[in-house]
Amino acid sequence: MGCIENLKYEMILPLGASFKECREYVEKNFKEFWYVDPGYKLFDEYIIGLPPIALGIEDGRKIIFPYTKPCHGTYLLRIEDQNEAERVRKTARKKK
Amino acid sequence: MTDIPAIPKKALIVLGCPEAPAQQALAFHVAYNLKTRGTDVLIAGNPSVLNLLKVSDPEKHYIADTMVLEKCIAEVVERKRDCDLCVVFAHNDAAIAYAATMRHLLPERRLVVIIFGKDPGPLADEINFPCEKVVDKAVHNPVPLKAKINEVFGWAVSRT
Repeated sequence: MGCIENLKYEMILPLGASFKECREYVEKNFKEFWYVDPGYKLFDEYIIGLPPIALGIEDGRKIIFPYTKPCHGTYLLRIEDQNEAERVRKTARKKK
Repeated sequence: MTDIPAIPKKALIVLGCPEAPAQQALAFHVAYNLKTRGTDVLIAGNPSVLNLLKVSDPEKHYIADTMVLEKCIAEVVERKRDCDLCVVFAHNDAAIAYAATMRHLLPERRLVVIIFGKDPGPLADEINFPCEKVVDKAVHNPVPLKAKINEVFGWAVSRT
């Protein structure tokens, strides 16, 4: 189990969502979103996926991001963490 | 792309979920063929898929080193690990995400993505990054896909 699975998270998209669906969901449903590449560190884990990976920010302190596991597919998760949200704003990019 | 040696010195095999039995046989096939040609092979996957390999090959005739996938990704990101050849087995969307990640992290290396399962066509169509694709239906029977893999790696005359 990675450390993300030990954090308090909400699952936004259910099991079985494709990586592309997760990206489109973030782009359509969150006013603030940023892009990163695979290997970007979030909550002390390296994010997997097809670049560019879309990360949403909600209420200034909640991060919405895809989380991929080999047997389960990609989940779209939401975790509240003000400091990590600030770090995303400083280190991610606005353009695809 | 930089020069890629005909016989890779180091290969990384990334395995997906072990629910399709063909993957295990083909992973042994690829690992063994690389190993017998002098390549150092590391196999990365989740603990279940690695345990399947270790239990099936206790004396390590076919496999050598193994590593949990998350740790392997971390070492590649942190540039502690490199390879000349990366082979990714993919039969679901998650594995394509892992293949895309390896492409991004190892842009100069040879990347072969083996796409299989009940309906590999749509999965193969999701791949829009540079790589060599080997595509065939395979869930239980690895033989037709094995022939295609042999062709891609130049092992067509191999008896293994």
